[in-house]
Amino acid sequence: MNAVFYAAYLLLGGGALLTLVRLARGPSLLDRVVATDVLLVIISAGLAVHAALERDPTVVPVLVVVSLLAFVGSVSVARYIGGMLVSSTGDGQDVGLPLAAEERAARAAEGER
Amino acid sequence: MSEIEGVRDVVAVGLLLAGSFLCLTAGLGLVRFHDVLTRMHAGTKPQVLGILLIMVGGAIRLEGWSATWMLLLVAVFQMLTAPVSAHMVSRVAYRRRHVRRDLLLVDELRTGEASDRLYRGDEPADAPPEDPARALVESRREDGDLPPG
Repeated sequence: MNAVFYAAYLLLGGGALLTLVRLARGPSLLDRVVATDVLLVIISAGLAVHAALERDPTVVPVLVVVSLLAFVGSVSVARYIGGMLVSSTGDGQDVGLPLAAEERAARAAEGER
Repeated sequence: MSEIEGVRDVVAVGLLLAGSFLCLTAGLGLVRFHDVLTRMHAGTKPQVLGILLIMVGGAIRLEGWSATWMLLLVAVFQMLTAPVSAHMVSRVAYRRRHVRRDLLLVDELRTGEASDRLYRGDEPADAPPEDPARALVESRREDGDLPPG
């Protein structure tokens, strides 16, 4: 080990920590999806850097799995959110999420009164 | 085992450091940018260029064909899947209005009264201003080529 190795791990760790900050704070679900995607990429980059610096190719097959998992995860969450959208009648753009069942029941009770 | 000797190792470690630096920039961009689309812009830097640099560095330093092919496979997967997932996430983000519209210069998907009124020089060919003749006159007036009024 020498200073260069520490520098590489420090850069990767800093990136991963900042991504975790966004993952915890991110105001919307999609911010968290993007942050998770980037975090998985940084993890696979860290594995590759470790394998390269130690000349140890045992973790290389794991990289293939991680890179595929990142894709499946982000696409499935994006499709899940997209399926929840309701489009408005006016401009054809989506207005957001449908009402939750409890909220709908509460509004119906409000209307009856 | 893990020492640096010769030009090849210096090049490989340089590539690894460059890729790691791109990972740090992704984290910085994710924390500092404003909305989902700009955060995605920051996040794609390690997803394509960073992974490619690190894979090339790893292939130089690992010195084995099996490891090299597997690293190449990872890079190819990443370049195939990153555009697809970015497209899907950004489409949903736009539809759910997780976009800071006040920071956009051009919004090609906007409809109705808010669509572009002037020729600004960077319109896509299939989305010209609503009324091309009036837009030309107005944009020339904006530039000062025609007298106002």
